[in-house]
Amino acid sequence: MKKVSALILSLALCVGLLAGCGAPAATQSPSQSPAGSPAGGSAALTGKVVTNGSTSMEKVIGALIEQFKTVQPGVTVTYDPTGSGTGVEAAKNGTADIGLASRALKDAEKDGGLTETVIAKDGIAIVVNPANGVEDLTVEQIARIARGEIANWSEVGGGDAEIAFIGREAGSGTRGAFEEITETADVCVYSQELTSTGAVVTAVATTPGAIGYVSLSSVDDTVKALKVAGVAPSEATVLDGTYAIQRPFVFATKTDEPLSEAAQAFYDFAMDSANAELYAAAGVVPAAN
Amino acid sequence: MTTNTPQAAQANSPLVKKRGLRELLERGMNVLFFLCGLVAVAFVLFITVYLIISGLPAIQEIGLKDFLFGTKWASTAKEPEFGILPFILTSVYGTAGAMFFGVPIGFLTAVFLAKLAHPRVAAVIRTAVDLLAGIPSVVYGLIGMTVLVPAIRVAFGLSSGATLFAAMIVLAVMILPSIISVSETALKAVPKEYEEASLALGATEIETYFRVSVPAASSGIAAAVVLGIGRAIGEAMAIMMVAGNVPNMPSLFKSVRFLTTAIASEMSYASYGSLQRNALFSIALVLFLFIMLINVLLNTLLKRKKNK
Repeated sequence: MKKVSALILSLALCVGLLAGCGAPAATQSPSQSPAGSPAGGSAALTGKVVTNGSTSMEKVIGALIEQFKTVQPGVTVTYDPTGSGTGVEAAKNGTADIGLASRALKDAEKDGGLTETVIAKDGIAIVVNPANGVEDLTVEQIARIARGEIANWSEVGGGDAEIAFIGREAGSGTRGAFEEITETADVCVYSQELTSTGAVVTAVATTPGAIGYVSLSSVDDTVKALKVAGVAPSEATVLDGTYAIQRPFVFATKTDEPLSEAAQAFYDFAMDSANAELYAAAGVVPAAN
Repeated sequence: MTTNTPQAAQANSPLVKKRGLRELLERGMNVLFFLCGLVAVAFVLFITVYLIISGLPAIQEIGLKDFLFGTKWASTAKEPEFGILPFILTSVYGTAGAMFFGVPIGFLTAVFLAKLAHPRVAAVIRTAVDLLAGIPSVVYGLIGMTVLVPAIRVAFGLSSGATLFAAMIVLAVMILPSIISVSETALKAVPKEYEEASLALGATEIETYFRVSVPAASSGIAAAVVLGIGRAIGEAMAIMMVAGNVPNMPSLFKSVRFLTTAIASEMSYASYGSLQRNALFSIALVLFLFIMLINVLLNTLLKRKKNK
């Protein structure tokens, strides 16, 4: 008797489980197809989209490609991490549908028939130990600290303590962005080169005289993010351009030639504010809001 | 072997049949064991060949002299430079420093465990040493990063404690277990008669251990030291977390990069087929040669011990 009732009970539970599964699936499938269709014009596209450019955009583009695959499984999007300059060139001569640049396009490039679309902004926070009295630095001061010309906090209004400049290893996107924006490429004097954002945060949190750079999304309570020229770093100040240490992630496309249907679908997908969390997960601020 | 097969086929009695089956199983197992033995050889050969093939192109492109004796490493600069002398010297100095701190402590611990310690005390210490050997290197690194590095910064008044000195201390602790256990085994293998003779001649216990036992076990102790060197020079994870990883020429209180950490820290970003990536393989080749050298040294030491 006990056995039978247990069997019935578990059967009932199984049915309940299936019913619970079925309901959202049934409501989801009709809601998904209209979301997909306005983006591409038709429900299922086929084709190939070639993107080429900035190595720092690898994370963002990777996330976009992966998610796009679930919406348009017939479209193959390729990404070739070559560098911003090469990406813009590839968009211009047509070897890539979309060129990727982690900088604004130059006027000459725009005049050469390219249009820039900012898909996201990459903000870099300058962090110090919470015990540090300094609150605000200019970009020039930060650059001089990075070059080792300012070696003591007293020179920028802090206490008498030696500065330890902590950064990332060669090749890191954050390092590339920091050195590019502060114009300190190849001349930085580091006291530590660590291999992850988390390690930089830990090192800054445990070293009173430390200063380091991390992507905006990685700042936590253990470190203090400095204002740069009076502006505190946040998504809002990065988006409106007042926070100085930031760079745009740009799609470069031809001005007078329309994108292929598949490329247009990928472009729309990247600009869709519904996909904002993909950007957030990659540590950047989406431009479409 | 081959002559057995027709015999087994001819025989009809179940007993002989069974024996034939057993023989087959025996031979099958022999082949299986042989293949298992080959796996290790195959991997060593594969790794050697792979490292040579992938390590040589960059050395050719950079030039052996510039590569080994260049003092500047700037792999991603506009005009990249690939000099690995800072890494080589750091690895050598770091290992030497680890020996400086680790060998005396390890050696004296081994003498204590093998000769002087009360069996119960020895059991406790031996367990602790075994546990020390079992701690993963990332844990050494983590504790070094959060405890040792700040402590060094405060003790020496530096701006950052992530230095060659920190790496030396971490390495010294990491090599203790191998030095202690190998030296202890060597000391224990010294025949009792040697010591008894010395004691009978009126030497004290300590005199006996240091004048008789230690010289008798010297090649084993040397092997322990070389084993420690091998472990220290090949370590990457722990020192990556405490040494700061800046490619400076080595100095005790400066942030430095070892051969191992040079490979580990840049590999993830070096694009495939680039000179930077190939140069990392060349560093691996240099490191591999170092390890080989140490192994040869170790083997000669052990052989000498056997010949005695």
